[in-house]
Amino acid sequence: MNQQEWPLWEVFIRSKQGLDHKHVGSLHAADAAMAMQNARDVYTRRLEGVSIWVVESKHIHASNPDEAAEFFDPAADKVYRHPTFYDVPDSIKHM
Amino acid sequence: METLAQDLSPEEQFQARIDADIRIEPKDWMPEAYRKTLIRQISQHAHSELVGMLPEGNWITRAPSLKRKSILLAKVQDEAGHGLYLYSAAETLGTSRDQMLADLHSGKAKYSSIFNYPTLSWADMGCVGWLVDGAAILNQVPLCRTSYGPYARAMVRVCKEESFHQRQGFEIMQTLCEGAPVQKEMAQEALNRWWWPTLMMFGPKDSESPNTAQSMNWRIKRFTNDELRQKFVDMMVPQAEFLGLTVPDPAVKWNEARQAYDFGEVNWEEFWNVVKGNGLCNHERLQARVQAHEEGAWVREAALAHAAKRKAREAVAV
Ligand SMILES: [Fe+2]
Ligand SMILES: [Fe+2]
Repeated sequence: MNQQEWPLWEVFIRSKQGLDHKHVGSLHAADAAMAMQNARDVYTRRLEGVSIWVVESKHIHASNPDEAAEFFDPAADKVYRHPTFYDVPDSIKHM
Repeated sequence: METLAQDLSPEEQFQARIDADIRIEPKDWMPEAYRKTLIRQISQHAHSELVGMLPEGNWITRAPSLKRKSILLAKVQDEAGHGLYLYSAAETLGTSRDQMLADLHSGKAKYSSIFNYPTLSWADMGCVGWLVDGAAILNQVPLCRTSYGPYARAMVRVCKEESFHQRQGFEIMQTLCEGAPVQKEMAQEALNRWWWPTLMMFGPKDSESPNTAQSMNWRIKRFTNDELRQKFVDMMVPQAEFLGLTVPDPAVKWNEARQAYDFGEVNWEEFWNVVKGNGLCNHERLQARVQAHEEGAWVREAALAHAAKRKAREAVAV
């Protein structure tokens, strides 16, 4: 049954010039051209976008939520990466 | 905190996240019952959007003006989009589009009973937008904060589009009510038919809805059926009054102590009867769906064949 189903695509939209493309959802389409047209019809009916990316879902590799704690651990103990870690004397301006 | 989390069972950790209003995302661990309930709820909602196009589609070619026709067409197109957002959200839980459609077409899956009532006059387009979309909005707005991320995000998108639906319906009613006496009669007649079925949209009474407590715990439901029904009546009675129409329920009366409207009992026998498939249009709606699906099969197949052919050609060219 699933062989008849069109592949799944993820849709990313730039809502206005100067902003990042952002994931907005997914849809089924036979190929990229159709995915693009469907994305326009489904996700930008009210001028929500000026640019669209479509990517076949099978090409997306995602991090594993079960390993999120270990995976993101290296950043957890590096407070010196944040400006608030440093004491700047009150008399110093513009820093 | 770390040791504490490890002492909890997966179910307890899951519930703790929900209680802390942390969204659940597709690949996160979740109880099987949560997954199943969500698939049922989201796909049922998607089916309602899809079947919901039929009663209004019925009037597109007969809309009284080009303006009304454009508006109705845009609304019906939105409903198709809502169905798609929701099917996509359900697919993240591991079911497939084909499976969901097969369940709809076989009658295994349900959709909102409201769409099993016929749309007999143009005033019905007013009532569907004003009342049916109005009830849907009440149901849907709290779901923008539901615990499952993809569902909540889909609902945000849906809700943004719904308010135009309700307003265009109200405008149709207002135009009719300000028109000739026969137009106003038409509006009243449509309200008479749609009022009670719309109240049924919120589902059975709380006392007859055994799954409500679990769904509220999981935050996939944020108000009970009776709470939403009461809110709806409180919202709609003054709007009907504004239109100069009468809600077809002699028991409707403002209750000063409760600061809410009292209203009569829904005909639950009719409700269950339509749910079981014996409504005026159950057969017709499902048949229209199946027919559209079957008649579109060759298009879906041809598109796949075309895509495969082009891919092969590109591979040779490289
Ligand atoms: Fe909708
Ligand atoms: Fe709607």
